[in-house]
Amino acid sequence: MATRAPDRPTAPPRPAGKRRRFNGRHWRYQADVKGSPYAYVTPFFLLFCAFGLFPLLYTAWVSLHEWTLLQDEHPFVGLDNFTAVVQDSYFWNATFNTLSIGILSTAPQLLLAIWLAHLLNRPLRSQTLFRVTLLLPNVTSVVAVVVIFGQIFGRDFGLLNWVLSLFGAGEIDWRAGTGTSHIAISTMIMWRWTGYNALILLAAMQAVPRELYEAATIDGASNMTQLRKITIPMIRPTIIFVVITSTIGAMQIFAEPLLFGAYSVTGGQDRQYQTLALFIYENFTRLDFGYASAISWMMFLFIIVIAGINFLLTSRTKGDLR
Amino acid sequence: MFTLPRRRVTRLVVPLIAASVLAACGGEAPAPSGGASASAPAENITLTVALFSDFHFAPLYEAFKKIHPNVTITERRSQFNDHHNNLVTQLATGAGAADVVAVEGGFITTFQQVPDKFHNLADYGLSSRQSEYLDWKWQLGLSADGKTLLGLGTDVGGLAMCYRPDLFKKAGLPGDRESVSALWPTWDAYVETGKKFVAADVKGAAFTDGPGEHFRAMVEQAPVGFYDTSNNLVVATNPDVKKAFDMGVSMIQNKLSGKLTAFTPEWTTGIAKGTFATMVCPAWKTGVIKDQKPGEGTWDIASVPGGGGNQGGTHLMAPKQGKHPKEAAELINFLTSKESQLTLWKDASALPSLPSLYEDPAVSTFVNPYFGDAPIGKIFTDAAKALKPQHTGPKSGDVLLAMGNGLSRVELQNQAPEEAWAQAVSDAEKIK
Repeated sequence: MATRAPDRPTAPPRPAGKRRRFNGRHWRYQADVKGSPYAYVTPFFLLFCAFGLFPLLYTAWVSLHEWTLLQDEHPFVGLDNFTAVVQDSYFWNATFNTLSIGILSTAPQLLLAIWLAHLLNRPLRSQTLFRVTLLLPNVTSVVAVVVIFGQIFGRDFGLLNWVLSLFGAGEIDWRAGTGTSHIAISTMIMWRWTGYNALILLAAMQAVPRELYEAATIDGASNMTQLRKITIPMIRPTIIFVVITSTIGAMQIFAEPLLFGAYSVTGGQDRQYQTLALFIYENFTRLDFGYASAISWMMFLFIIVIAGINFLLTSRTKGDLR
Repeated sequence: MFTLPRRRVTRLVVPLIAASVLAACGGEAPAPSGGASASAPAENITLTVALFSDFHFAPLYEAFKKIHPNVTITERRSQFNDHHNNLVTQLATGAGAADVVAVEGGFITTFQQVPDKFHNLADYGLSSRQSEYLDWKWQLGLSADGKTLLGLGTDVGGLAMCYRPDLFKKAGLPGDRESVSALWPTWDAYVETGKKFVAADVKGAAFTDGPGEHFRAMVEQAPVGFYDTSNNLVVATNPDVKKAFDMGVSMIQNKLSGKLTAFTPEWTTGIAKGTFATMVCPAWKTGVIKDQKPGEGTWDIASVPGGGGNQGGTHLMAPKQGKHPKEAAELINFLTSKESQLTLWKDASALPSLPSLYEDPAVSTFVNPYFGDAPIGKIFTDAAKALKPQHTGPKSGDVLLAMGNGLSRVELQNQAPEEAWAQAVSDAEKIK
């Protein structure tokens, strides 16, 4: 830098540079440097516009109409669909279920993931084996997971009820209750995503300087204390990233409740585990596209609000670290 | 050093973008359908047939090709719900539908509302077949206004009551199917039989799976169901619906129900393990029972209370997108003909919808050894004949779901019967 500094005042003779631009090779070089990055990202944005942005805007357009798929006329109704959604108790029921399942799955999942990552964040034999094992539930198909867990949480022949009966507990109809069905569905989500999140947290943990742990060990800090006082504060940004992705994922839970209820679009007879995504699906299968689109947009707003809260939390933490 | 490879990349980027744009467009292009691609002269055409399972049509296609050597038939199958949802999308977007499509009874009302999306088979002379058909089956193939012939029926799902003789004997009830059928001429008698069964306290077994299917059967036996003939929802005012609902409530209150929903793991396992003793049984459910391997003779078949009934059964229709309506109509005519229906009964146990076949020995004397040599041909055809035609409204399937969920809320003890009824009715009325 120091040797370059004197060159700076010589900025005015730019015309020379301009003249040089007429040099074909240089022009192409410039176009390449300036243009290529945009060209590289274009495929993504084209696909995003076709499959992300356009459906989003079109859904907004549809939500302002009385839109039944097989009818040729779609009269404009303004915000009527949204008024109806807000007054629909089933919508709020689905919102409650989504939040409940979201919290029940995300919170234990995060604690478990941190703990697992902490266990793996030490010299172990065959580390790769353990790490790959963590990821295995995530690469299993959702359908397979739900079918197996659906059997485990069975009322009459379920494995879990059998184990509970050994301890003298009565038979639990897991699908029937609000709480019990939420626990069952949260378990499936945790099974699939804990390992995945543990790997992300493990990557962050490995960036924490070893010296801190060595110093703490010399000071006589226990394993748990090291986790609480060193690891967690050091990987906080990653934890927040995991929280954000998990909560957004939790807002979109769909396959688990649908398959858990043997393809019941109402999410159980009393809608006890109907999530927002499933509620949208129910109205789509009834071909009531206007209403379903309005619910989709409400869900979109919820996700924006939650992402906003997360964003605020993140920026606050950044301030803390500085 | 690096400019050269970069430039090469730039050159690559353009075709890449072009390719991705093309790929994006490709996603919206219609699936290659035989009707669209065969714009060749009328001599050589391809007909596409879309089904939701194996209908055992393959030998019939071969026979059809012998009469129409210029026609090639391709069949595509998809999962039951997907098949019908796809068809709705294809009709709405105007592309991708097959030349001949199968529509099942539970979905047919959706398509009765949009006759302009289908070829009127009456224009191709198929209305002449009306006299051959069970009347109610014929009516189902008409549009909601009755003016267009949308489709011809293939099979029907005659209704019976499947039961377990072993559990009946344990409860001190008769085990043979004539005596069992005599136990329940009406639904009230069925509930009374159930009470006796419960009083006998057979360990680990409920009298029946759940009240939903019984409610459905009872509503469908009434002269008027969820809708009147002008498609007005009459759930709240039709006494027969309330009566059926109350029958369901009484089944729950007398502890007849095993609180099971059809096709859940508990239900399918329960078929083999014997956790319930009776279930409403359309003809096709015998296949479901057999798949669970409860053992030969474990289940038997008696007649359904209330006299007859039907669940399911399919129609074949020709969407207007198809370019060869004449040939499509001929194929539909062929596949639903008397000879074809008899073949399908023999090959696939599909119960014919042409009553003249019910006298055919191949149907009337057919016994099923898996169900204790039950004369299932006779039982199911009797049920199909006894059914009085009922007008099915536009959203019957969704209304049925709302009402069934109401019964379940009583069953889960989340609601009192009157409350559940009120909510079910208001749910049904919200359905557009």
